[in-house]
Formats: sequence, structure tokens, C-alpha cells
Amino acid sequence: MSFVPGQPVTAVVERVEIQKLRQGENLILGFSIGGGIDQDPGQNPFSEDKSDKGIYVTRISPKGPADLAGLKMGDKIMQVNGWDMTMVTHDQARKKLTKKREDVVRLLVTRKSLEEAVKHSKCSYPKH
Amino acid sequence: MDTESTYSGYSYYSGRSRGSHRHGERSRDRHKSRSKDSRSEKSVTINTPPAEPLLGDTAVRGEQVQDDNWGETTTAITGTSEHSLSQEDIVRITKDLEDSVGLDCRRYFTRTLAIILGLLVFLTPLAFLVLPHILWPDKLQSCGTACEGLFISVAFKLLILLLAVWALFFRPARAGLPRVYVFRALLAVLVLLFVISYWLFYGVRILDSQDENYQGIVQYAVSLVDALLFIHYLAIVLLELRQLQPCYSVCVTRSTDGETRHYNLGQLSIQRAALAIIEHYYCDFPVHNPALLSASKSRAAKHLAGLKVYNVDGEFPAAPAEGPGNNAAAGIAHSQSRAMIAAAARRRDTSHNELYYEEAEHERRVRKRRARLVVAVEEAFTHIKRMQEEEQKKAPGDVMDPREAAQAIFPSMARALQKYLRTTKQQHCHSMESIQQHLAFCITNNMTPKAFLESYLTPGPTVQYSRDFWRARQWTLISEASVTSGLKDGTIFLLKCVDFSLVVTSKKIPYIQMSEEYIDPKSHKFVLRLQSETSV
Repeated sequence: MSFVPGQPVTAVVERVEIQKLRQGENLILGFSIGGGIDQDPGQNPFSEDKSDKGIYVTRISPKGPADLAGLKMGDKIMQVNGWDMTMVTHDQARKKLTKKREDVVRLLVTRKSLEEAVKHSKCSYPKH
Repeated sequence: MDTESTYSGYSYYSGRSRGSHRHGERSRDRHKSRSKDSRSEKSVTINTPPAEPLLGDTAVRGEQVQDDNWGETTTAITGTSEHSLSQEDIVRITKDLEDSVGLDCRRYFTRTLAIILGLLVFLTPLAFLVLPHILWPDKLQSCGTACEGLFISVAFKLLILLLAVWALFFRPARAGLPRVYVFRALLAVLVLLFVISYWLFYGVRILDSQDENYQGIVQYAVSLVDALLFIHYLAIVLLELRQLQPCYSVCVTRSTDGETRHYNLGQLSIQRAALAIIEHYYCDFPVHNPALLSASKSRAAKHLAGLKVYNVDGEFPAAPAEGPGNNAAAGIAHSQSRAMIAAAARRRDTSHNELYYEEAEHERRVRKRRARLVVAVEEAFTHIKRMQEEEQKKAPGDVMDPREAAQAIFPSMARALQKYLRTTKQQHCHSMESIQQHLAFCITNNMTPKAFLESYLTPGPTVQYSRDFWRARQWTLISEASVTSGLKDGTIFLLKCVDFSLVVTSKKIPYIQMSEEYIDPKSHKFVLRLQSETSV
């Protein structure tokens, strides 16, 4: 997940589809985000590389839409409905997630355990 | 015959033992022994031996008196043997004792030498100026204006030299050091040589040839005084300025309770460094209280008393055995001590427990007594009020001066103070008289009760106590290096007093390499590091 300038970023991602929940006037997703290119990456407790300025999931409200959809705390969000989330400011990320006209957000998230699962499956079939 | 041999032995050894005293007396003693020998050649005279060998090194005297058959020839030592003392011997002994105890002889000797040298130095330029007028007044050229101007300069330079020498050298001596002060001696020799060389030149070139050029003579005298002023400058630099820059850090530890202080000293000889350290000791170290050491001594005694070694095999490790027997004895002693140490380590020792509880109990007791004392003193101080000027005219009856006021309020706090001093084992440091004096002093100077108590609650430096405590005692400097050699890195010496000793080690202050770094004032810039979390 480390970012090398000039090279394309590769990651193993999982698709998560979250249905927004209507609470009064607002549509909520049930999680909190942190990070962004205008934030301090060193204080991110979930990133491996402390210069990673991506958007991370910092908190999941239990039994909320995100929890039910399978989002985990510490996930890095790579795309939201097709919009890239690796090089956005904190406010831009918030805006992409809270569009009032959309009921569903489709996220591409990555986490460490995904990489390891792929590695394990590769190792157990060396000839493949 | 025995008596003859012993007497000749006396005269020879007496000269040697006396020589070990002070070398100032050596020449006198050699005269004495030589005259005695010449007398004994002419006739057999039985002299009572002179007083001094009876004083010192009785061990030396003892072992050479005993020849091979001493057991048969001498009987019990009675008053009528050759060791008998007559009345004048006793008087002579006491007089010599007084002479040797103080170093007055040496001090007066150096002082008279210094005064003689000073007189010589001051009178020399005046003599140079006056002698031509006395010896060949008619041949002498008259002194012109420039020459007379030089007279004024000579006079003032001599006055300045006089004041400078008085300021530098004629100060009350603060200590008697074991060896002579090397730099001063060298300077005295330098001045002497200098003045002698000037006199030689004067004697040969001017007195013998009876020079008429008086102005040249006056200029010669002026050059002497100038050179003396420069030598005085050299004296200031060598004696005063050289040791100001700190060069060594010395660590001073008291042997009885481990109090340690560190001082910075310059380049000094060991004896002068010792003097500086003793002066610092009186001001910085808390007073030596032997009563506080008794607890650790009793603990040490208990450790030793616990185990005893019994030799079951019957071998006797006799002390001075020779040859291979010595090694066996030493080996037995070693194994005994090792066995004792091992057994002591294995034994379940609960003395640390006792120490902990005893110290906690003592701490509690001291705090309680201290609280009582503080309250008693504060209450006592409220009874006394300083009288204002107007009141003095109104009520002249019950007026007291500070001493009476102190005596009036002392009884109310005396008991609490006495108990506190007993608990902290300080009661021998303060007499009732001194406490009352201190109380009167505090009352006079408007001090609070806390200020009065400060000198009793904490043990102060030695100078704080009465004269008897810190009157300059006899200190002995024990050093492996010569005491006139300079301090070096790793010098260790001891300053022994009657009750304790100070262990001094010195270390060189390292060379400090400093570099600079310039910071532009405009370079202080800051950014805000954000850390926000938004819930969506």
C-alpha cells in the first residue's frame, strides 16, 4: 500500500456496498473517516506507512449501515462510486460520501488482511 | 664495659634522632655531640644524656640500648638508673616541647629574612644616590633639572613599590604549611641576585672609578627601581594570578560519614591546595558529629559477633612464621575468612529488617519532637514585642534589653528544645549559654521563630558553632607525592584530623571545544498540523 511517486498504485481491494440510512433529514452511513492530503499522516493509527495520506475508516458505529455491509475499522478507502480517494483532501472525501442524491455508495477498500490472504493462496499453489 | 658502650651509642644515636626533628636544630646538635666526644677522649666522664633524645623516638633509643646480654646485666628500671631525670632536665624538656609544637621559630625566621631583604631592596637606590655625595663630593658634576626631575620619579616609584610590597607580602599569615612556599623562595633569591648584581656593577664601575657623571648614576638608580617594579609584577603573576583560572576539579570526601563536595582549583601546589580545601571545609561541610556514627558501629559489631571460627584439627596459624610455613598459615587464615563470609551470606539475616523499622521509628520521633518544638518557640516569641519610641516614655518600668528578654522567654521553650537536640544527638554542640545568646541575637534583629530555629534543625557548617569546635586544629597532610609539587590529574592525598580524615582526589577539567551555529531570526516558521475526523 505504500505510494511510490510516478508508479501506479496496486492493491488488493474488496467491494463494499453500503445502503444509506435515512435519519430525519440526513442520510448517514455509520462510520467516520480520517486522513487526506491536507492532514498530518503521522498521526494516523491505522496506516502502515506513516506518510500515507489516504482516507481511512477510523470508527464504525455498531449495527449501522457500514457495519452491516462489512466495512471494518482501519480500512483504507480507494474509490467511492468510481471517484478516486487516494489523492483527495479531507473535505472532498466527505463530499463524495455524503451526496444527497445517492442512496447507495459502492466503495473499494483495502486492508492488510486481504494482501495476506492472496499471498497465502498463492503460496499454497506454487505451480499456479 | 656495658655502660661505656651504651653511652657512646647514646651520643651517636641521639644526634641521629634529634636530626629527625627539625633541620634548623641540626647544626646546633652536631656541635654538642662533637664537643662531648672530644671531652670523653680526655677523661672518662659520666654525663647525663641531653634532654631531647628522651623526648622523641623512644623506640629507637630502646632497641639500641638492648645489647645481647641485656637480660642478665640490667634489672628492673628504677628511678636511679641511667634514665633518671633531674629537675633541670624536666624544665628543658618542657621548653623544648613548646618550641617544637609551634612552628614559631620558623615563622619568625622567615619574617626576619623578609624584613632584611626588604630593607636591603629599599635602601639600595637611596644608597646609590647618596654615596657619590659622601665619597667624592668635589669631583661630582652638579645635578641639572633633568636629573632633579629623576629624583622625583625615584621617590614616587619607591613609594609605589613600598605600598605594593606591603599589600602583597605583609598580610597576616593564615596557616603554617609543612614545606616552604617554593615560588616565594625563588622570588626572594631572584631579588637578592638582582640587587647583588647591581651592587657589583656599581661597586666596580662607579665607586672604584669615582664617576663624575651624576646624572648617569641617578639614571642607574632609576633603572634599578623600574626593574624592581617589574619583579613585583612577576611576583603578582606567579603568586596570585596563576592559580585563579580553574584547572582541576577536586572531590573531597569525609571518611567517617561520606559527605562529599566538589571544588574547582587552579594550578596549585599540593600543600596550598590542601589549605584551600580546609578553608572550604569549614564553610561547606556540616559539622562532624561522632554521635551519629554509633549506630553503624554497633551494627558492625553485631555482624562480627554472630559467627566464630573454631579450629577442630589443632593447627595453629601462628603470625610470623617463616618460609613455607608462612604460606600455610596465610592459607588457613584465608580459608577461615572465606568460610565466615560464606556462612554470613547464607545465614538468614534479619538485621536489615531491624534497621528499616528502627529508622522509621526514629524518623517519626524526630518529626514529633520537631513539631512540638516549633509550636513552643512560636508561642514563646509571641510574648515578646518590640517597644516603640512613644511607649518608651510612657511605661519605663517593665523594659528589658535583648538579653533579659531572651532569658525571660527561654524557659518556656527550653524543654522542647532540649528534647529535640537529644533526639537528633546534637546536644553537645549547643550549650545553654550559646542558645540564649542566639535567642537574644534573633530578638534584636527582628527574626521570626523559624529563623531562630534554623540553626538547630539542620546541622550547619563548622564555622557556625562555638570557637572550641572549629578553632584551627592540627591537620596532617598525608601524600605520596611531594607536597610542594603541583596538583596533577589523579593526585590523591589525605588531610588527617584527630577524629576523621578528608580524602581528596583531583581530576583535570577537560579541554572544551566550542563551536558556533548561527540561527537566522527569520527562520523560525511554523505550520499547522491538522487531524480531523468526520463522521459520514
